[in-house]
Amino acid sequence: MYRLAGRLAPWFGGLCLLSLALGLYLGLVVAPADYEQGDSYRIIYIHVPAAWMSMFVYVVMATSSAIFLIWRLKIADVVAEASAPIGAAFTAVALLTGSFWGKPMWGTWWIWDARLTSELLLLFLYLGYMALRGALDTPQGSARAAAILAVVGVVNIPIIHFSVEWWNTLHQPATISKLDKPSMHISMLRPLLLMVLAFQMLYFHNLMVRLRTLILTRESRASWVAELNPETGN
Amino acid sequence: MTPKRKQRLILVSVMLCGVAAAAAFGVNAFRDNIMLFHSPSDVVAGAVNPGKAFRVGGMVVDGSVQRDQDSLEVRFELTDYDKTIPVSFSGILPDLFREGQGIVAMGAMDDAGTFEASEVLAKHDENYMPPEVADALERAGKMPGTAANFDSKTVVEP
Repeated sequence: MYRLAGRLAPWFGGLCLLSLALGLYLGLVVAPADYEQGDSYRIIYIHVPAAWMSMFVYVVMATSSAIFLIWRLKIADVVAEASAPIGAAFTAVALLTGSFWGKPMWGTWWIWDARLTSELLLLFLYLGYMALRGALDTPQGSARAAAILAVVGVVNIPIIHFSVEWWNTLHQPATISKLDKPSMHISMLRPLLLMVLAFQMLYFHNLMVRLRTLILTRESRASWVAELNPETGN
Repeated sequence: MTPKRKQRLILVSVMLCGVAAAAAFGVNAFRDNIMLFHSPSDVVAGAVNPGKAFRVGGMVVDGSVQRDQDSLEVRFELTDYDKTIPVSFSGILPDLFREGQGIVAMGAMDDAGTFEASEVLAKHDENYMPPEVADALERAGKMPGTAANFDSKTVVEP
């Protein structure tokens, strides 16, 4: 697993840079301004991928935590642990960029509507997960407690997604989840999808790098670690 | 699957179902509080107590905006395509505020039946398109409306 992560990381990194460069160019330079929001809408190219990834990473974290709880697979626990800070970062970016968008468009930085509040709750879930990991003395105990928190917290994900449909919110409904008829012109949609791909690859790249570090830390006494080449790490 | 793992699988599933059910009940019980705004129909139907501060959301009626020449006072009508209420506001409006645009206003009803807003926020929709496309759709009369954001999900309580 350690070697596999090392081999995959540069591929994810390269794909991320490629789609990031293309997506940013198409999104910020080529795509036309919006008829209503002008150029301010372009923050969507950061905001939407970050918000999407904040939920995606949580689902990965909750799934691997469930696998860890049921089958006691150590690698699943490592995946969850490695994902938490990345997911928290995506959530923070989504909240911040949303705030920057909200001020000129809505007229307020923050409002306690269902979408914004549930996304903030997601950030607290990530932070709570990381805190819980560090709070207990035994590694097994903290891993199990944190895994239970991650599994229970997954209830929040559908709430975030459907909040704009279930309740009156200031946040607008989803633009691209309507696959039959996207509410976005193709020239604006293409860079957005590229940016989503870029963020996805960014996550996988970071996950691979963090997996390697965490595996080394956990297995630091194992004989195979001692036999690694200190120059290349392989 | 060993019996032990099966047991843990069941335990995790039961836990998840329990929490999901609890969340569903909780969220359902606080439905009214989670709703960010009421619709003009709710207000006309008397869902909100007079004098109590609340948010109302709807579309600004075309041609209803009247600005005072000497102050920031502005009056307009707000509709959900069913009922319409008059709104007055004194202050700076967000950039997206215009006739036919969705807004959410914070304030309270006065004795004359006017909504005295202390804050007006714009609610934009999920449609993004270049200006040329918007013009073309406008000419063809196929502009997607934001009405759907307002006519559903209203809470009317007797």
